Amino acid sequence: MRLPRAAVVPSPSHKFRVTLPQGLGPDEPFIPAGRPIAMFRDAEGVYAVSTVCTHLGCIVKAENGGFDCPCHGSRFASDGSVVKGPAPKTLPWLSVSAVSGDTFVVDESATVPAGKKVAV
Amino acid sequence: MNDEAEPSAKQAGALRRFGHNLRATPAALRESLFRGGPPTTDRSRSSFVFGNFFLHIHAVRVHRWVMRWASTWGLGVMALSAFFVTLGTGILLMFYYKPYPEVAYESIKDIHFVVPTGQLIRNIHRWAAQLMVFVVLLHMARVFYTAAYRAPREFNWVIGMGLLVVTLGLSFTGYLLPWDQLAYWAITIGANIAQSPREVTDALGITQYFDIGGLQRFILLGSDEIGEEALIRFYLLHVMILPLALAVLLGVHFWRIRKDGGLARPADADQRLGPVPESTYPVFTAAPQKTYQLAAIVRGRTAAVGEGPENTVPAMPHLFYAEAGIFMLTLLICVALSLVSDAPLKELANPSVPENPAKAPWYFLGLQELVSYSAFAGGIGIPMIVILGLLLIPYLDRETQGTGEWFGGPGGVPLVLRSVAFGLAVVVSVEFFAIRFGWIREWWPAAPQIFITFLNPGTLLTLIYAVYSVWCVRRYDSTRAGALGLFTCFLCGFVVLTIVGVHFRGPNWGFYWSPADWPLH
Repeated sequence: MRLPRAAVVPSPSHKFRVTLPQGLGPDEPFIPAGRPIAMFRDAEGVYAVSTVCTHLGCIVKAENGGFDCPCHGSRFASDGSVVKGPAPKTLPWLSVSAVSGDTFVVDESATVPAGKKVAV
Repeated sequence: MNDEAEPSAKQAGALRRFGHNLRATPAALRESLFRGGPPTTDRSRSSFVFGNFFLHIHAVRVHRWVMRWASTWGLGVMALSAFFVTLGTGILLMFYYKPYPEVAYESIKDIHFVVPTGQLIRNIHRWAAQLMVFVVLLHMARVFYTAAYRAPREFNWVIGMGLLVVTLGLSFTGYLLPWDQLAYWAITIGANIAQSPREVTDALGITQYFDIGGLQRFILLGSDEIGEEALIRFYLLHVMILPLALAVLLGVHFWRIRKDGGLARPADADQRLGPVPESTYPVFTAAPQKTYQLAAIVRGRTAAVGEGPENTVPAMPHLFYAEAGIFMLTLLICVALSLVSDAPLKELANPSVPENPAKAPWYFLGLQELVSYSAFAGGIGIPMIVILGLLLIPYLDRETQGTGEWFGGPGGVPLVLRSVAFGLAVVVSVEFFAIRFGWIREWWPAAPQIFITFLNPGTLLTLIYAVYSVWCVRRYDSTRAGALGLFTCFLCGFVVLTIVGVHFRGPNWGFYWSPADWPLH
């Protein structure tokens, strides 16, 4: 049903470019300014996890090797799976594509199955 | 004019008549203003109330029982007064408020710091809104505990529920308008609660075909995220749609009070009141001009069916004085609170950093506590069950014992006290257990969500209360007793959860004995 949806819905672009810093260690999150995602790089590749809590949409904070939600106390592991609290689902993994070197394009509106990393 | 009565004017010609009419205008204006003469006698006052456009919804005569403070504590009139105060101050605020992100924030700042008396007006608006929610809840409790919802007033209770929902809606939509951090994150949570049916549709695997949650959120926000579309929608709801809905429902609510025979009172109210004291204003004067009470076709018992109107007093001036007094008291409370406490305004909304903790206004914090166990159960499921239960009360309780009396009905005060003890004990134990030992997800991380949605502290609490209520029905052999038990338990649950949400929850919604213990973040 299209009825309540305008042909064009005002919303900023969900696709953006990220350049990872050189010394980013494994399991160390990189959070691009103003974007609700956390990027990781390890030996297998690069991946991005959404930081929008699946409970009620607050932005989770990367803390103690996982994520904590400030609103209702959900806790997620660094791969996005729920450890405690009311969150009903894991934090989704987002589509990442390599551009060149340390630069990647992340699409917040496209999810990929958890565990799908982009080899560098 | 009356030419024969003014022979001199006739002789003197048109100009003299003009002068005479001009001099007589103030008196004639007064005469024409009050149809049937100035309201100086009991009879003309009744006629004034009856014939006045604004007052025709108001009772002309009220029963002496209703005039006792303990009958109502004036709560309904106080809720109306608070609405008038928010209406007046709200219109003033609209002169300066601009509903566009960031500009909205700046305009609230202007109202606070630049506009003369703007700060006071905004404070009064905010306090009157809070008072309105508080008093509406108390008013509901009063009507419930005096069993005033019973026939023929059942539907007025239903309209009252509508008024409660609209009042809460007005508060919630008003919360977004300042576009500060508090507003933004409260609305994020609110909009995602609207989306929470996805918890169930996801579990059933039907979200892609039937996404009622996503649709609700989209209709609320007008977009996939909170932005200008959401703000203008909330603004429109807040200043136009909901106030109009409230006004219409209020009109029907008051109209029905009259049509249902005034406020509820015990069947033997006349005997209990005894004879009219000497000092009372003439209670019933002879020869009423209109026999409207008998002429009107009114369902059920009215003030004048089967009994004389001897125990009624004219609404003007008795009830009017009381109402004016309550209005002034309401205004006094709002202004006094506004002088000591400012409406909050945090930093400009920042979509990437949530407030920590992000708290809704106090009357939603009980719900937020439930939501912190399951979004759907706490935000939609349980509130729907509660509203539905409240709506059904007058249709399930068809008894007559105790109408119009505080805690009337089988069981009475002892039952209510026992229910308070039971309700408090259960809610405190459930909260203690959940805070101390956690819940299913901590013990069994792979638990299916649908399991937690249906079994969490909120649903458990609701279930225990419901079972207790059924026990009350059997124990006292009365639906009213069950209703007394259930309503009292829910009231206790609401109060305790609200206190926990307001005082004992801190950053990351963790439990803290005092806000002073909150860690720095």
